[in-house]
Amino acid sequence: MKFLHLCARGFPFRGQGLSQGRSNKMTTTQYIKFSDETLALAQRTIKRYPAGRQKSALLPVLHLAQAEFDGWLSVPVMDYVASLLELQPIEVYEVASFYSMFNLEPVGKCLIEVCHTSSCWLMGADDIVKHLEQKLGIKKGQTTPDGKFTLKTVECLGSCGTAPMMMIGADFHENLTLEKVDALVKEWDGKGERSRYC
Amino acid sequence: MSRKILIKNDHIPGINTLEVYQKYGGYEGLKKALGMAPDAIVEEVKKSGLRGRGGAGFPTGMKWSFLAKPEGVPRYLVCNADESEPGTFKDRYLMERIPHLLIEGMIASSFALGARTSYIYIRGEYFYILRILEKAIDEAYAAGLLGENILGSGFDHDCYVQIGAGAYICGEETALLESLEGKRGNPRLKPPFPAVKGLWDCPTVVNNVETIAAVVPIIEMGGDAYAGIGIGKSTGTKLISASGHINKPGVYEIELGVPVEEFIYSDEYCGGIRNGKDLKAVVAGGSSVPILPKHLILKTATGEPRLMSYESLGDGGFATGTMLGSGGFIVMDEDTSIVRNLYTFARFYHHESCGQCSPCREGTGWMERIIQKILAGKGTLADIDLLWDVQSKIEGKTICPLGEAAAWPVAAAIRHFRHEFEEYVTRPEGIREVRHYYRVNRLETV
Ligand SMILES: Cc1cc2nc3c(=O)[nH]c(=O)nc-3n(C[C@H](O)[C@H](O)[C@H](O)COP(=O)(O)O)c2cc1C
Ligand code: SF4
Ligand code: FES
Repeated sequence: MKFLHLCARGFPFRGQGLSQGRSNKMTTTQYIKFSDETLALAQRTIKRYPAGRQKSALLPVLHLAQAEFDGWLSVPVMDYVASLLELQPIEVYEVASFYSMFNLEPVGKCLIEVCHTSSCWLMGADDIVKHLEQKLGIKKGQTTPDGKFTLKTVECLGSCGTAPMMMIGADFHENLTLEKVDALVKEWDGKGERSRYC
Repeated sequence: MSRKILIKNDHIPGINTLEVYQKYGGYEGLKKALGMAPDAIVEEVKKSGLRGRGGAGFPTGMKWSFLAKPEGVPRYLVCNADESEPGTFKDRYLMERIPHLLIEGMIASSFALGARTSYIYIRGEYFYILRILEKAIDEAYAAGLLGENILGSGFDHDCYVQIGAGAYICGEETALLESLEGKRGNPRLKPPFPAVKGLWDCPTVVNNVETIAAVVPIIEMGGDAYAGIGIGKSTGTKLISASGHINKPGVYEIELGVPVEEFIYSDEYCGGIRNGKDLKAVVAGGSSVPILPKHLILKTATGEPRLMSYESLGDGGFATGTMLGSGGFIVMDEDTSIVRNLYTFARFYHHESCGQCSPCREGTGWMERIIQKILAGKGTLADIDLLWDVQSKIEGKTICPLGEAAAWPVAAAIRHFRHEFEEYVTRPEGIREVRHYYRVNRLETV
């Protein structure tokens, strides 16, 4: 539950203040800027809303930011989004910390999210999670030391009829078998790029 | 009794494109609508008896007629495509296969409501469907079906898709509006209802994807003809998402009133239980509705065959009945642990509670942890009573219905399967023998 989670762990960045920001290129705001293409997309999004309601573009623009800056939202990235939408930084932080798809810490290049809710559990999701934990040598919620894989469990993703399922980045993988999982891990192990975020 | 209205053309190649969609009669409903008076459309929807397909089943025509219409204030139509109720995946199917049906419904409904702008709020994980919808919207603009002076009618309309970011609570209509305004998804106190003060404090109608899609055939065939389909006050057809231990999981369009037994066992629908196993229990309308054991899901307490309709599934109240809800139909075979399955629901609601109300914020956490303790073989009989007590103290004491949605599954599991909870606490050494779930790849359970 997100609300408590904030209180318990310290609002809002799980011990990662501005000065300790882990990411190299993002420690100062001046280097953070959308590419021209992304900036145009963001501006198009803002135009969907009546004048003065640009805050409504916050969720889509945070998705763009996450896709552009290594799959997670650092404080400087959020501050940049705030300036872009003419918001106070707190308005961005409180939203980013509420929604489960926004990562407030770095994630591996390949983000694996296995659904573990009822229908998937009924069809063996626990086996998939266990298998991945063994294969990757990490527990759910962790990232491999080489930064290649992050493994998470998530709540129902609307693929209950094709369970068990997992997402890699923004892609659905359904009707999973252990062989399919093995093939996907192998494929991603050999890839240099980051899983497609959006 | 198979009756396809919404997804009748779902297997035609290219039906996701405007060209093929129009070849099969697409946008004829919109053309008819634009020739009618807006109030006459609302009247047809009222006559159709259509009830909201998002879960609550509120009459759509009535909701539309509550929309406030102050001079000079814009009105909005917002489509709820958040679809996060565990067991539900029908809106995804509809948007993926026939995106133009939703868009046609959005334009026609907006015309009826006098909305210049509409938004489709889609859950964040459905990124690929966002792309499908955006492509369809682009096609509609290019064909003059969106934008200014649509088909020469003088009606102007813009439709946009907004993406969420992973929060079940944003399916609740006021949380959805908050999220659409770029805020945390905290539900609002009601009243005022969205029909009076909704998006940016303007009058707003929020409807589910399937509800808006159903407006198209209602306009085409007329409200009376639509009301002739289905049974009693459950008019029309409904998309059912079937999952769990059945031979043929998937999305089925049924005429409301199909017997549950036929739905589970006939080859037209679920095709029976996997591996020839026996049926144990069904969650008939998404995770929030009470679970029913075999004897109560196939027949009502008075021995009538149970039908797939709002009234029949609700027969007996929560003592012996359940709800049609969102149509997320989760089937469990004889080997399923009801307590372990309940744990997935309790964990879900704890994770998804927005945290505004103490009974929900604290209660969902307590329920998850007590069930976890029972599952670990460390529970006592008093814990079962404690669990009952916690769930009973949530209902009616929260801002939004998520609190109830979290409490009802727990109450129903204890009501109908108390013996199973007792087994966990009195025979913990036997727990390892309890078979839990299907092994992936293998046709056996563990
Ligand atoms: C916690 C919660 C989650 C909900 N999730 C959804 C959802 O994902 N999709 C939906 O259409 N309605 C959902 N609803 C119901 C909406 O609040 C609202 O009743 C519905 O969108 C109205 O549309 P309808 O009348 O067409 O059903 C949810 C309600 C609650 C309380
Ligand atoms: S009932 Fe739960 S989800 Fe709904 S407003 Fe209260 S705390 Fe939030
Ligand atoms: S339960 Fe896993 S996708 Fe719905």
